[in-house]
Amino acid sequence: MFVRGATIVSLKQVGKSFANGTQALERLDLDVRAGDFVTLLGPSGCGKSTALRMIASLTQPSRGQVAWSGVRTAGDVGFVFQEPTLMPWATVEKNVALPLDLRGRRDEAVRRRVAEALERVGLAGFANAYPRELSGGMKMRVSIARALVTNAKVLLMDEPFAALDEITRFKLNNDLMALAHSLGMTVVFVTHSVFESVFLSSRIVVMTPRPGRVFRELQIDEASPRSDAFRTSAVYAEYCRRVSEALHAAMEAAP
Amino acid sequence: MKTGSDTRKLGLLRGRANLDILARAVLPMVTILLAGGAWELVVRVNDLPPYILPSPSLVATTLVSDWPILWESLIVTLTTTFEGLLLAFIGGVGLAILFNQSRLVEYSFYPFAVILQVTPIVAIAPLLLIYLPQRAAVLACAWIVAFFPVLANTTLGLHSVDRNLGDLFQLYGASRWQILLRLKLPSALPYMLEGLKIAGGLSLIGAVVAEISAGSAGAGSGLAYRIAESGYRLNIPRMFAALFLLSVAGVVIFFVLSLFANLLLRRWHESATAPDV
Repeated sequence: MFVRGATIVSLKQVGKSFANGTQALERLDLDVRAGDFVTLLGPSGCGKSTALRMIASLTQPSRGQVAWSGVRTAGDVGFVFQEPTLMPWATVEKNVALPLDLRGRRDEAVRRRVAEALERVGLAGFANAYPRELSGGMKMRVSIARALVTNAKVLLMDEPFAALDEITRFKLNNDLMALAHSLGMTVVFVTHSVFESVFLSSRIVVMTPRPGRVFRELQIDEASPRSDAFRTSAVYAEYCRRVSEALHAAMEAAP
Repeated sequence: MKTGSDTRKLGLLRGRANLDILARAVLPMVTILLAGGAWELVVRVNDLPPYILPSPSLVATTLVSDWPILWESLIVTLTTTFEGLLLAFIGGVGLAILFNQSRLVEYSFYPFAVILQVTPIVAIAPLLLIYLPQRAAVLACAWIVAFFPVLANTTLGLHSVDRNLGDLFQLYGASRWQILLRLKLPSALPYMLEGLKIAGGLSLIGAVVAEISAGSAGAGSGLAYRIAESGYRLNIPRMFAALFLLSVAGVVIFFVLSLFANLLLRRWHESATAPDV
């Protein structure tokens, strides 16, 4: 385990160019530290998701490097996509167990861990349901439970709540915040939403338009977990104003 | 956190699914009965002789009186059809997996599959009857016609895996074998079963074409031969009775395969579940 604040993974001068000539990222520097809830915020196409995929080793940088502290094994990274990305042919329980199942583990301990993960996301009674029988918010909870089941060092979340209605989104934001706090999770979160980023994050990384790089980092020095009351506070409004300003400045600073 | 509202929603969805299944079974039967009634009426009102157009009631009577001959022929045709279908499924899925695992194999052999598919089976059947024993030739015809939909659909299914799910398997270190068995084949299952449904009818057509081409008489003759034979003898009611049996066989094959697909997919795939609205 990492000491809180110790660097888990670093992106050093990372660049990414695609075969069609698109340059998604340029000289991106980012440290992810244990216990961080860091949000990548920026306009569409600025390479936020590409950066996330690089941390997960789902794509390789064209330039620079992604350096992990210590050895990284399968299961060290949990990934939650914009869509729930569940296997529709498998029950909730089997979906959540997938990361362990792929390692050949199917014992009673696995069942317990799956049950715990489902309990944590509030889906204890739905182990035998199929994804089709669940609402959008519930499917996303299953996806989060699957990411939690390996006790991942880092949880990567790529606009996980973008497709949900505002009420469900608020509820899931609250639950995620409580979960991240109680488990001491390290989270890298991607969103377009200034409000969501301020509510959830301990640190917000504002990115420039494509090719994306870090424009400014802002600390959100408010205690976690934060409640609904925080959303209506003057402090929250002030943070949102500062982040919005940074985002606008990033857009104007674009080459 | 399972709420009463969630449970009610679940119950409502399942209730709608049951209603849809009932409608799918009843509506086609009603339509067929109405069409049969209209046919009977036309024959009786115009007093048409049986050698021009037999009434459905006469066809039914012939079906009963000629049952021993027709039944024997039906079994011959169905045996060929099912053997052809089984081989088509094994061959189609097996080839699709090979194609998916190796681009080189796909590039090398896919054109052969297309050539077999686009060449009319009525043109191939006489050649097969020259080079193969009659039984094998008839089976080969059924296989040739039936295997392509399974191959094409399964290939499509194996290539249509959710990209994010693929990433997830990669993220968790899945082996090539695990990706095939745990991700690609389940993803391709609806496509595969759809191909099988098409192949069922085509296998019957292949068997019929081959039987007509073979033109043999005796105990080994299938329903297609009975139709041709009845045509020569102007036994039009028997011709219709044999044709009716072929149609029923085709419908039953389709129904059984649809039921099979439904059983496998009903919990999770849109094609086998009732619409939400």
